[in-house]
Amino acid sequence: MTDTTESLFQRARAGRLGRRLLAERLSGYWFTAAGYLAIALFAAITLLLLYRSLPILSEYPLVAMLTSADWNPAQNSFGFLPAIVGTVYVTFLSMAMGIPIAVGAAVYIAEYAEGRRKTLVASFIDVLAAIPSVIFGLVALIVVVPFVGTYVAPAFGGGTAGVGIFTVSLVMAIVVTPFMISLSVESLESLPDELRETSLGVGATKFETIRSVLLRAAGPGIFSAVLLGFGRVFGATIVPALLIGGQTQLPNSIFSTGQTLPTLIVNDFGELMSLPLTQSALIFVGLMLVVVVWLFNFGAMLFRRRLQRRWQY
Amino acid sequence: MNRYAKQRLFGAAVRAAALLVVGVMVLVVSVTLVRGGRVLLTDPAIVVTPPGSRYMLEGTGGFLHAVLGSVFVVGPATAISMVFAVSTATYLQSDYSSERFSESVNMFLNVLWGTPPIVYGVFVLTIIIAIGAQTSLFFGVVAIAIFQYPIMTRYTDEALRAAPDGVRESTYGLGATRFESARMTVRAAAPGIIAGLIMGFARGIGDAATVLFTTGRSTRMPGGLFDAATTLPVLIFDQAMSFNPEVRSHAYAASFVLTVVVLGLILVSKLLAGRYARYTPGG
Repeated sequence: MTDTTESLFQRARAGRLGRRLLAERLSGYWFTAAGYLAIALFAAITLLLLYRSLPILSEYPLVAMLTSADWNPAQNSFGFLPAIVGTVYVTFLSMAMGIPIAVGAAVYIAEYAEGRRKTLVASFIDVLAAIPSVIFGLVALIVVVPFVGTYVAPAFGGGTAGVGIFTVSLVMAIVVTPFMISLSVESLESLPDELRETSLGVGATKFETIRSVLLRAAGPGIFSAVLLGFGRVFGATIVPALLIGGQTQLPNSIFSTGQTLPTLIVNDFGELMSLPLTQSALIFVGLMLVVVVWLFNFGAMLFRRRLQRRWQY
Repeated sequence: MNRYAKQRLFGAAVRAAALLVVGVMVLVVSVTLVRGGRVLLTDPAIVVTPPGSRYMLEGTGGFLHAVLGSVFVVGPATAISMVFAVSTATYLQSDYSSERFSESVNMFLNVLWGTPPIVYGVFVLTIIIAIGAQTSLFFGVVAIAIFQYPIMTRYTDEALRAAPDGVRESTYGLGATRFESARMTVRAAAPGIIAGLIMGFARGIGDAATVLFTTGRSTRMPGGLFDAATTLPVLIFDQAMSFNPEVRSHAYAASFVLTVVVLGLILVSKLLAGRYARYTPGG
């Protein structure tokens, strides 16, 4: 394999073996390039977004932008706090609503359901994980918005418009639950049966087995599922843009309208093209999304490794 | 409460959770199908009618432009993305790479997988601004291809991993080169790869955030590769925000079309995977 590529080209003209060796050499280059593509894409995204947010970063101090509540691009005031608070609210609320339901349903599919019913429920949830989120948003407009507006919000003393942070959180919880379920089911089902048999054999009830043995052993997998759900809620664009009300102010309750980081980009997109500083500010929002996802993924990798060591069986 | 009561309570809670999820999903699909179906039944032609000149305001004509836009954006994007996805996955699974390097590439793929689609949209938009181009069909293809790449790579990677080791061993035993061996492995993993292809297409056709900024949200028929276009999810998003009730009702018709296409694709992918499974060696 020390032949130069040129000499391989010459051998390729000579015979079949030469052609095979040439294909082998060229494919090596191609596949290596394809392997580096993932890293290159990641680097390109981060660097280009960083480069394009430099104007706004050099104009205003970072801490001031992140803690200012005043967002008014036309007046050159860029405070990201309302959108950040909105994003945190939405992410936290929908995870709080989604995780217990998702884990419960996953336990049902993996441990309780049997036979045809299990296949039916599992494939149903798999299929629904692929329904575009814009459809959830559209259905929510005529189902969830009136429901929240007439029943839920007044019961907690909120506004009656129906759109707002709570509505978005509820719908996003619905959107991500199928994802979390199918991943959690996978990790529960990959556990060896000895775990169940041993635990039941020493006299634990099914509930005790699930709580103290299975959920722990499947812990790292369920944790990944939750993380995936987190990423999807965090970067959700269309559902919040349809349902959050699009007002850049600090939300005073979970029922008030607000803004998340992605909807900030969507709503101010018209101005994005014209004003250079606004353009830079919105690209900076994109950079923030990347960096947070990045940090979470690497943090999760370390945490997962720890969990695997602690909860091993 | 004794432990047996707890166990019964837990069983009931778990069943209730599953029932809730299934119930909500049935509600979502049936609302889409019923509302969209009603609009489509009264005027089925809107799917194949080009939009009128003031479509977003008055709802004249139909949304053929978005249907075609979806096909023209997601079709080529899936093809491009597939080439890179299969190459990357082959690289990761075959003897071209060291294990350590595969691991770090996998890590980056995971990060890309978790990256919100809107980031890809902003990224491509930034490129558009940087090179001074206009938003167009072409950049929609680029954005969707980038979006699909990590998804399809993961499916392909899983399919290749599941291919029996015997394929690699026997091809090497017969004196094949790495490239020839990789080709046979890909062939053995074909059902999984095709399922991944269809899943990638389904995800791509349903995504709005990537094309929102890159194709130009046009309300005319797509005119060419460098002409503005729109896709179904973006159209639904725009229609849902409209003040005209007729345009809003078209949103349900459009989401009917989108839901049926996505559900159909996934059904096909499952059937294909089941059908081809008979031809995989050792399976």
